[in-house]
Amino acid sequence: MATPINLKELSKQEVRFTAGHRLCAGCAAPIVVKMVLLAACDYPVVVASSTGCLEVSSCISTYTAWKVPWIHNAFENAAATLSGVESMYRALKKRGKIDKDIKFIAICGDGGSYDIGFQSLSGAMERGHDMLYVCYDNGAYMNTGIQRSGATPTFADTTTCPAGVVIPGKPQQRKDLTRIMAAHGLPYVAQASPSHWPDLMKKVRKAIEISGPKFINIFTPCNRGWRSRTDDAIMLSRLAVETCFWPLYEVEEGITRITVKPRDKRPIVEFLKAQGRFKHLFEPGKEKMIEQLQEMIDKNWERLLKEEEMTSPKDEGNE
Amino acid sequence: MIGWKDIPPGMVILEAGSALKVKTGSWRAAYRPKWIEENCIHCLLCWLYCPDNSVKVKNGKREEFDYDYCKGCGICALECPGKKGKKAIVMEEEVK
Ligand SMILES: Cc1ncc(C[n+]2csc(CCOP(=O)(O)OP(=O)(O)O)c2C)c(N)n1
Ligand code: SF4
Ligand code: SF4
Ligand code: SF4
Ligand SMILES: [Mg+2]
Repeated sequence: MATPINLKELSKQEVRFTAGHRLCAGCAAPIVVKMVLLAACDYPVVVASSTGCLEVSSCISTYTAWKVPWIHNAFENAAATLSGVESMYRALKKRGKIDKDIKFIAICGDGGSYDIGFQSLSGAMERGHDMLYVCYDNGAYMNTGIQRSGATPTFADTTTCPAGVVIPGKPQQRKDLTRIMAAHGLPYVAQASPSHWPDLMKKVRKAIEISGPKFINIFTPCNRGWRSRTDDAIMLSRLAVETCFWPLYEVEEGITRITVKPRDKRPIVEFLKAQGRFKHLFEPGKEKMIEQLQEMIDKNWERLLKEEEMTSPKDEGNE
Repeated sequence: MIGWKDIPPGMVILEAGSALKVKTGSWRAAYRPKWIEENCIHCLLCWLYCPDNSVKVKNGKREEFDYDYCKGCGICALECPGKKGKKAIVMEEEVK
């Protein structure tokens, strides 16, 4: 029987990512990893990570925080690497050399997923490998010093799009990787946040029970890069969901379902003001930019609501 | 000191969870969390949210902090619901 998703039962399971890792104090990445691995606690798993904060800090010299077989190859090819491991597993299974039911999970940063590892990810998904690819999205190349990525929000200050007189932080729009993965026609695609952990764990559970390629994008605050407090990772995740900056939804066999609908959609300014990377938006004369961000979020949320309505299976009685 | 010759070829690490040898509790700078047991409802949110597995739990009941690894981030204190508006975790000045 599957371990129930409640903390009393889950706390009796082994956490397969140990302390002693060198991620910053208050980093959300290890929280996300813990939740993903706890959701998968009923199975042996093999994990792959691309180069980035999680990889660098969880595996230094002879010290590893992983209690599962874990592989790192390079920045741009975690999905390709795990494709190979999964193919080998299938071959060994066919030959009767292995009989365990093993789940394959990639856990990679946004730089490694949205940008540099994108073709490796897209290829692995298109080929249909039986794996779950999790992107922990902290919105920049954090490990090398907060450089902008395709996931960096519009107007966020980073070291390669510094807010100043020339540009207002990142001038471009975020790339919507979750929708791009949904457009691959995968059996399961979702967006999750550690603040809504039962939703996150249910999504991971659902994904690993489905055979074939799956993708989950998880919101992962980084206090170092976002210039915020070390205690606010969960608070900011919650705000991201409640402002609809990071909607929680899933796309299963082409059907879109919003899994958590905020009762009162909060203004984006609440999310922005808690982070130093948006500090410049609060200077006099910049009000228009916050309005602009609010419009972008509203438009995206409306679109998602419509998508949900459009794809929802029609009530048979009405046909 | 471990030299490169002591590491298995291919940078393979054979000891799972060897990072536990690194006591990151020494990172704590200004603050450390304190558990106030009488305000604790044993919801275990602190256990789940702690990035450094520094909240011990036994048979579904919360136990003391593990100061060997706690980096003093304060997430547990901020997220703790406590009892009747009274937090079961507060951050207090670090004693070295
Ligand atoms: C081909 C290549 N280019 C650049 C780097 C340097 N590099 C290592 S990690 C990293 C950023 C990782 O960003 P992300 O995937 O978002 O993970 P994060 O560190 O933010 O968690 C970069 C640029 C590299 N290792 N390999
Ligand atoms: S820089 Fe950000 S993502 Fe990297 S370890 Fe620190 S808090 Fe985590
Ligand atoms: S979060 Fe607070 S109330 Fe809940 S178990 Fe931890 S200390 Fe107790
Ligand atoms: S202060 Fe941070 S590291 Fe220490 S126990 Fe609380 S959540 Fe864990
Ligand atoms: Mg990143």
